[in-house]
Formats: sequence, C-alpha cells, structure tokens
Amino acid sequence: MQLTEKHKEYWQRNLKLTGILLAIWFVATFVVSWYARELNEIIIIGPVGFYMGAQGALIIYVLIIWFYARYMNNLDKEYGVHEGEEQ
Amino acid sequence: MATTSQAQFNANLKRYYSFYTGGFVAFVVFVGILEWFGVPNKILGYIFLFATIMLYAGIGFMSKTSEVSEYYVAGRRVPALFNGMATGSDWMSAASFIGMAGTLYLTGYDGLAFIMGWTGGYCLVALLLAPYLRKFGQFTIPDFLGARYGGHAPRLIGVFAAVLVSFVYVVAQIYGVGLITSRFTGLEFAVGVFVGLAGILVCSFLGGMKAVTWTQVAQYIILIVAYMIPVVWLSMIHTGTPIPQITAYTTVLPKVTALEKEFNDKATPKGAAEETVRAIFRERSAAADARLKGLEAGGAGYLTEQKKALEDKVAALKADAAPDAKAIEAAEKAAKDYPTDPAAAKAQWTKDKSGAAARAGAVKSHAEPFAAKDEKARDIAKKNFLVLVFCLMVGTAALPHILMRFYTTPSVQEARRSVFWSLFFIFLLYFTAPALAILVKYEIYGSLVGTSFAQLPAWVSNWAAVDKTLMAIADINKDGIVQLAEIVIGGDLIVLATPEIAGLPYVISGLVAAGGLAAALSTADGLLLTIANALSHDVYYKVIDPNAPTTRRIAVSKGLLLVVAVIAAYVTSMKPGDILFLVGAAFSLAGSAFFPSLVLGIFWKRANKLGAILGMTVGLGVCMYYMIQTYPFFGINAPRWWDIAPIGAGVFGITAGFIALIVGTLISPAPSKEVQELVDHVRYPNLEGDIDTRAA
Repeated sequence: MQLTEKHKEYWQRNLKLTGILLAIWFVATFVVSWYARELNEIIIIGPVGFYMGAQGALIIYVLIIWFYARYMNNLDKEYGVHEGEEQ
Repeated sequence: MATTSQAQFNANLKRYYSFYTGGFVAFVVFVGILEWFGVPNKILGYIFLFATIMLYAGIGFMSKTSEVSEYYVAGRRVPALFNGMATGSDWMSAASFIGMAGTLYLTGYDGLAFIMGWTGGYCLVALLLAPYLRKFGQFTIPDFLGARYGGHAPRLIGVFAAVLVSFVYVVAQIYGVGLITSRFTGLEFAVGVFVGLAGILVCSFLGGMKAVTWTQVAQYIILIVAYMIPVVWLSMIHTGTPIPQITAYTTVLPKVTALEKEFNDKATPKGAAEETVRAIFRERSAAADARLKGLEAGGAGYLTEQKKALEDKVAALKADAAPDAKAIEAAEKAAKDYPTDPAAAKAQWTKDKSGAAARAGAVKSHAEPFAAKDEKARDIAKKNFLVLVFCLMVGTAALPHILMRFYTTPSVQEARRSVFWSLFFIFLLYFTAPALAILVKYEIYGSLVGTSFAQLPAWVSNWAAVDKTLMAIADINKDGIVQLAEIVIGGDLIVLATPEIAGLPYVISGLVAAGGLAAALSTADGLLLTIANALSHDVYYKVIDPNAPTTRRIAVSKGLLLVVAVIAAYVTSMKPGDILFLVGAAFSLAGSAFFPSLVLGIFWKRANKLGAILGMTVGLGVCMYYMIQTYPFFGINAPRWWDIAPIGAGVFGITAGFIALIVGTLISPAPSKEVQELVDHVRYPNLEGDIDTRAA
C-alpha cells in the first residue's frame, strides 16, 4: 500500500476542515460561556449568554456535524477513496 | 449473509417502525379510553409498565441470534437514521429524561453545563472518532487499542476501564429503573430494581447488539413522544403557541425574571411576604447555630442537660391544672427525638442550620450565569462550569457503549451521517428541557405562589402526599398564602408532574413514566452489553482461548451478561451514593482512560505501545486519585486543586493522560510498519491494495 500525493492532500484537507470545525466548536462552547455574564446584557430572543448555553450552542453543534458529514462524503468521492456498494 | 439488499432492508425498516409508531399511538388512545371509563390510575400504570416491557421482549425475541457479527455489531447493516435513534436512546438515560429539566429548574444557568456537555461531545465523536473506528470495523473499543498498540496490555487496560466506567454508569441506570417502577406501581424499590432488570435482560440476552439496537429504536420513539406531548401542551396554555423552544425565551423568561425581582424586593407586597418567611428561617438557622455552639462548649453534658430540660417541660405540662393533650404530645415528641449522641446531634444540627440558611436566602436569578456572593466566588463557579462542560464532552467521546454503536453502520459514510442523526435526535430532547424548566418555573412563581393554602392545585397536594422529597409545602409564616420560600421541590418532580400541571389526563402521566423507563432501560442495555462483550470478546476470546468456537463465544457472553446484570442490580439495591455524581464520575473516568489513546492512535502515527499503556494508566490513575481524595463519600476531603470540584476530576486525568502518552511514546521506538499501515488504513474510507482489519 503506497500513499500517493493525492492521498496526502486528502488527509491534509480533512485535517484542515477538522481543525476549523473544532475551532468553531471551541468558541461556541468555551469562549461564549466564559463571557456569559457579559453577553447576558444583550437581548436577542432571550439574554444571549443564557440562550447560547440553552440552545444556540446546540444548534451550532448539529450544524457542525451535518456539514462535516456532507463535506467529507463529497471529498471521498473527489479523491476516489469512497467505498463501493459493498452490501 | 444478507438475504435482502441493504436498500430493501432500509425500506422494510421504515415500514415496520411506521406501523409500530401508529400502533403505539393507538395503544395510548386505548388506555386513554379506559381511563375515561373510570379504570383506576394504578391499573393504568401497570398496563403501561407491562405492555412496554412485553413489547421490548417481543422485539428482543424476534431478533434472537447466534451469529457472531449480529450478536456483537448487529450485522453491520444498521442505516444511519436508525443508528441515530438507537444511539439517542442508548445515550439518554433516566438522568436526561427525568432529571435534566429538574436540574435546570433548580440551578438555572449553571445546569446548562449538562446540556452543552452532553451534546457538544458529539462534535468530538463525529470529527475525531466515529468514521475511523467504523473503518477499523471490529467489535469493541479494546479491539482497537489492541490492534493499534499491539500486545495484550493496552487491550486489557482498555477492558478494565470499559468495565469500570460502564459499571458505575449502569448502577445509576438501574437505580432510575427501580425508582420509576416503584413509584408507578407501588412495588418496593428493591423489587422494582429486579422487575426492571428482567426488562433489561429480555432485550439484550437473546439477541445481543442486534436485539438491543432494534429495541432502542422502539424505545427512542416512545421516549421522545412522551417528552414532547406535555411540554407542547404546557406551552399552548401559557403562550398560545406549540413551540416552547422559542416562546419560553421570548415571552415566559422575562416574566420569570420580573417575578424573581419582585420576590427579592422587600418593598413589594410579594417581597414583603417572602421576607416574613425568610426571617423565620434565619431564626431557625441561628437557633441551630446556638445549639451547635452549646454542644461544642458543653459536649455530651450539654445534651443531657437540654434533654432534661425538655423532660421537665413535659412533666410541668402534665402537672398543669388543665392539661393540654396536644401540647403534651408535642413536648413528649421533642424530648424523645432529642439526640443523645454528640456526633449525631452535630450532624443533625449542621444540616438544620444549612437547610434553614438556604431557604432564608434570596431567589436565584434563573438566567444569571455563575451567581455567587462576590467576584472570587463567581470566578470559581465559572471555572467549575467550564471544567464540567469539558469533562462531559470528552467523556461523551470516550464512552465505550456509545462508540461501539458506530461499528454497526454499513459504511464509513453512513457512520458520519449517523453521528449527525444521533445528535439530532438527542438535540430534540435537550433543547426542549431548558424551555420546560422555564415554563414550570413560571407556573410555580406566577400561579402557585400567592394562592391560598385552602385552594392548592390538585397536582401540588397529590405530589406532596406521594413523596415529600419531591414536593414539600407548608405554611411557615401562618398567613394562609403560599410563598416561594415555603415550597421545596425535588428536581425529578418537574418532568413527572408536567402532565398534571398542564391539566392533561392521567394517561399522559403513564406515558411519561413509560418514556422514563424506556430511557433507563435502553441505556442499561447498551452498558451491560458493553461489559459482557469486553469480558467475553476481549478477555476470553482474544486472550484466553483464541480458538474458541463461535457458539461458545456467544454462550460465554450471554452467561457474563446475566452475572454482571445480577451484580449490578445487587449493588443498586443497596442505594449507593448520589446518582448525579455517579454519572459525572463515569464521564471523567472514561475521558481520562480512553480519549488520549483513541484520538492520538488515529491522528499521531508515532504513538506507540508504551505511550498508550502509560497514557491510559496515568490518566485513569490521576482521575481516580483526585476523586478519592476530594469526594466527601470517601471521607478524606483533601484540599482541592485550583478549587475544582470532584466531578471535574477528568480535567486532570485527561491532561495527565495526554502528557503521559506523549512522553511514553517519545522515549520508546516508533511503532512497526504494519501498525503505521493500519493508521493509514483507518484514515481513508477506501484504499487500493488496502489491508483488511474487518472482523468476520
């Protein structure tokens, strides 16, 4: 089994996407919670600090995973590493 | 192996579960009609309990199997959508279903750590683990550790950690099962535990992962329907729209906040009434404090002296010219209950003091994060909140019973989609729980407070009669009107009482109980199966007897399942510790033991055997050490590190695990070429000339 340049590029793009999505995850969770008291001064739907913890962060999590699945499943095909219809 | 194609199989599944959902709704309507005809509530409770357990048993029986791959990974043909539902109910335990909204009611913002932690962890599962584990494609998590790091040591440490984590967690689940069965049928707690256990076993015993998967899908449908109906109805009543997830924040939360301000402002009539109750609690707290000081000064002599004084009072009352029977009885009871043992007295009075002091305090603002008395205390609260979120997230991405589920999908692509569906189905419940907490809070602050004790709503008096730990209400200041400080609510009440608060018929209460039971049973199933598989597959088959025939492997697994289940039920019936702590502990332990070695095993080719062994043992060791040192149950109570509560022990364990793994790896040679190829193999869903790690 020899990895080609193309394979390495696939893995690099995967790592890049994973890094970006983890950064979004980190900000939505830890940075927002860190400033929760300050954010509560702003009211959109509810106090933002509270709303993000109760709902906003969750919606972001679902979107992160949805985007990752979609993007990676396309990337597999683009780089020819997708699975055949085995079953 | 497959007699039908995957597409045909998927279509059939959709049809079966549509019929099933329709059938279940018809069943609920049927029970509703029974209620209308006047069948007593207790019978309705039994019908729900036994009908659902029979249903799970039926699915379990139909899925019975003796094929290895069906028994361990459901034949690897569970489509993403259904695996998502199964993971959802595997994931959501009694603590999520019954406890979550209550925790949020009681703690406001600070309880959101559980909401974020238990959903955000799926980002880590999706991005760092699920697709790669699926590509690896064997049966258990220790399988991966064994193949990636080589040798028996990493595998066996993995087995030890998987069994420890799952066992701690399963005890919490069986506790929940016992609680629900005993509450809705009136059986003893210990009997309820074993009845529930029978329900758990019928699902997993015959068909292993295959049976558990299809039952969990059925259980998810019940639990989500049961959770949503009362909340949506309550939202209709309060806001006129069926979307509690929005209206709770836009219309209800501002009202709750306004009421909180009113209760804390002595100038308003409500605030003044609250203040009279708080004054009484302040007095009680001071009295308990005075007794504690007396005890400290006088020791046992103080107790005999005080008891003597109480007995003299009884004698004086009896000697009175016109004896007052009621007063004598009260005085006799006071004298009789007076503690004689200094240790018991100290414990009792310390509890009285802090209990009364807590009720004398101001109302906590629901939406305010990290509320505390000063800046320093707020910082500690913030730090602990973030640490707890971190531990719950990393723990989520390391719980073997969840990760195992991603072995069951037909492909890597389906595994990725399946994490999405998992989180989506979990999200449905988790983004409703905070809204429910706000709605119930408004009901209590806005309607219950201020009503007269002569006209309490039926649900209040019902629950107060059933269980004092869930609902205790007493007219402390004798003004005949309910004040907030006169109510004590147990967290579990919120979900259990919502149908009654919303004025729904009893059949919905039965449905909620069935939902809670489904949540607890499905999680317990997944956990027991994980323990039995780790022992039978990883210890017996891989280490002790690699030539064991298939039939014997499955027989060993089933036997172990039975033994582990009975041990777990036995431990549970002794009612150990605090459930929330048990659950939290499981997450910290799982994160510390597995997360570093799983993630670096995929993303760092250089990671090797010594690193993994050190990483897992040091991680787990540090985490357990900190818990034992600081959790009051163990009685050591050592000073905390950086003020982190014992439930957040994982933050130290996970960090230590990563450091130990990296150090251990760098001081020993790089892994062999075969292992490096294995890493490449799991990184690409399909490679030409690829090795094959799939287990038969």
